[in-house]
Amino acid sequence: MEHLEYTFKSSGGICKIRKIFSIVGVVASGNLEVMMERKNLDGGSHFVIDTSAQGFDEAWKAVITDFIERNKPSDLLVSINDNAASPAVVSMRLDQAFEDLTTE
Amino acid sequence: MRADTKVKGRLRRLERAAEISDGKFVRQDKMVCLMEAVIESADIVCVEGDNQKQADFLSKCLAKINPEKVNKLHMVLSTVSLGEQLDIFEKGIAEKIDFSYSGPQGLRMARMATAGKIKIGNIHTYLELYSRYFTDLCPNVCCIAAEMADRDGNLYTGDNTEDTPVVVESTAFRSGIVIAQVNNIVDNIPRVDVPAGWVDFICESPELFFLEPLFTRDPAQISETMILAAMIAMKGIYAKYLPKSLNHGVGFNTAAIELMLPTYGEELGLKNNACLHWLLNPHPTMIPAIEDGFVKTIYTVGSELGMKDYIRSKPDIFPIGRDGSMRSNRAFGQMCGHYATDMFIGASLQIDPQGNSSTATADRIAGFGGAPNFGCDPKGRRHSSPAWLKAGEEAYAGLQSPPRGRRLVVQLVETFHGKMEPTFVEKLDAWELQKKAGFALPPIMIYGDDITHIVTEEGIANLLLCRTYEEREQAIRGVAGYTPMGLARDRVAVENLRDRGIIQRAEDLGIRKSDATRDLLAARNIKDLVKWSEGLYDPPSRFRNW
Repeated sequence: MEHLEYTFKSSGGICKIRKIFSIVGVVASGNLEVMMERKNLDGGSHFVIDTSAQGFDEAWKAVITDFIERNKPSDLLVSINDNAASPAVVSMRLDQAFEDLTTE
Repeated sequence: MRADTKVKGRLRRLERAAEISDGKFVRQDKMVCLMEAVIESADIVCVEGDNQKQADFLSKCLAKINPEKVNKLHMVLSTVSLGEQLDIFEKGIAEKIDFSYSGPQGLRMARMATAGKIKIGNIHTYLELYSRYFTDLCPNVCCIAAEMADRDGNLYTGDNTEDTPVVVESTAFRSGIVIAQVNNIVDNIPRVDVPAGWVDFICESPELFFLEPLFTRDPAQISETMILAAMIAMKGIYAKYLPKSLNHGVGFNTAAIELMLPTYGEELGLKNNACLHWLLNPHPTMIPAIEDGFVKTIYTVGSELGMKDYIRSKPDIFPIGRDGSMRSNRAFGQMCGHYATDMFIGASLQIDPQGNSSTATADRIAGFGGAPNFGCDPKGRRHSSPAWLKAGEEAYAGLQSPPRGRRLVVQLVETFHGKMEPTFVEKLDAWELQKKAGFALPPIMIYGDDITHIVTEEGIANLLLCRTYEEREQAIRGVAGYTPMGLARDRVAVENLRDRGIIQRAEDLGIRKSDATRDLLAARNIKDLVKWSEGLYDPPSRFRNW
C-alpha cells in the first residue's frame, strides 16, 4: 500500500460543483473508487490517494495534472482508493466523477 | 522441347502408391507408408494449416515418416498452429518453411530459427502466399482436410472451407498429388466442394479435424475504457465517414463496437447508412447487430465453432449453398478485404511514433495473416463510395494530385494492454527480431503511412490531415496517453493539432465519459448472445458458465 497526497492551487476556474459529493467506480482489480466533494480550499484542489501499487508517483502526478488542466476545478477534495488501475482507467474515472459532480 | 517431367513424376509416385491404397482410399495405418511413397526429398509440401481448420491427422503422419527416406522438404502453409507442424523440422524431415501466420507456435518458431533448426523463406500475407502457390511455390504434394468424402472421392469442405480451394487447385493443376483427410466417408455428401477428379488419396481420420474458436469474445470481459474508445471511434469515424463496407479485427475493442451498434450506433444514425456489408468471420458478437437489422451481408474467410445453425438460419447474410450450409473461402475473403471494403479497423501490440505497427516481439515470430492486405490503401482500387472519397479528400487536399479516394485504415488500441504493457513504444521489437532471425526487413504488420487514424481512450489522431513527419509524430504521441511515448509529447504542438481537429478528444466530440458504461452493450455476456440468437448459437463449453 502507498499513501499519496497532492495539493493544487486555484486553477482560476469558477466553481461548477452542483452536488455535495459524487462517487464512481469500485475497488476491484485494475479498478478504483473515486469520491469527489466540495471543500473550501481557497479555490484549490486536494487529492488523497490510497493505492495497492507502489512507485507510480510520476504517473499519478501526470494524470491528475491533466485532469486539472482539462476541467479547471475549484474547491475540490478528491479521495481515491485504487487497486492497480491503469492511468487510462484513472483518468476516465476522474472525468466521470467530475461530470457527475457538476451535473444537477 | 518436351515439358512433361512433372506428369512423369506424378505417374512414378502414383505407381509406388498403387499397392498401398485401395484405389483412392487409404487406411489410417497405411498413411505414413503412402506419404513415403508419394513424397520425394526436397519436395514442396503443403499440409493444410488454416487460420482455423487443421489437417492434423496428416500432419501427425508426416511427422512419422522416415527422414532417411524423405528429407529436405520445403513446407508451405498459411498458419503454423500445431506442434507437429514444427516437429518435422526437429526430426530432419523438412528444412525450410514459407508461411503467413504462426501465432500459437510463434515462440517455438523463433527459438528454432535462432538455433538454425528451421530456415524461414518469407513471412507472407495470406494472399501473397496463395499467389505463390500458383507461381514459384507450387506444392508437389498437398495434404488437406475436408468434412466428408463420398465413395467416388468427391469432397465436402462445408463451413470451414477456408484455404482448401487454393491449395487443391494450385496442386492439382501442376501434376501434384492431393491427399485428403476427412471426418467421415459417406454415400452422399451435401454438395461437392472439391471434385473427385482432383483428389488422389482419401483417408478417414481417427478424430474430427481440429478447429479453434478464434473469433469468440466474451462480452463480460469488455471494460469501460474499451467502451469509451469504441464511442470515440463510432462518433468520430463511423458517423463521420459512414463506411458502407468494412472489416473488423478480432480484439475486444472491435467486439465492443459490434455490441454497441444496436445501442450507440442506432443513436448516431448509423443504421442503414453505414456498416452494411462486412468481410468478417462469423463473430458471435455480431448477433445483436444482425438481429437488429444493421447488417445486409457478411462474406467470410472461415467459420466459428457454435455458429453453424445460426449461420444457416440467415441465408441473406452469409454465403450459403443450395444444400443449406455455408462455404467460406479465405482467398476470396482476403480479396474482398483488400478491394471491396471502405474501412479496416483492428488492433496491434506495438505502435511507434510514425504509426508503424507490429505484433512481433523479440522472442516471438507471429507472422502477418491477412492484416497487411486489409490494413493498407489498395492502390488498384477504382470504384468509389462516399467514405472512400471523403477520406481521399482529406488525404490529398492541397497536394499536387488528381482527385483520389482512400481506404480508412484504423488502429483501435488501448494505450496499455495486458499487464501494463505500453502499446506505444519509441522503437518496435520487430527491429530486434529482424536482427535475431536474420530477416531482410523488420516484420512490420501495417506501415505508418497506410494508417489513417489511431484511436485510443485518449481520442482520435487523424493522420490523413497530417502533412509532415513532425505533425504525424505529435498526433500519435497526443493519443498515446501515459505511456512513456505519450508523456514525451510536445504539449504545445498537441494543443495546436487539437485546435485544427487533427486530434479529437472525447470532449471535442461531445462524448460524456459518464455515458461509457456496460449498459451500452447490447449483450453483456455469452448467455445474452444465445438469447439474441433465439437459441441457435451454441457456444463451446469453455464459454458456458451457466
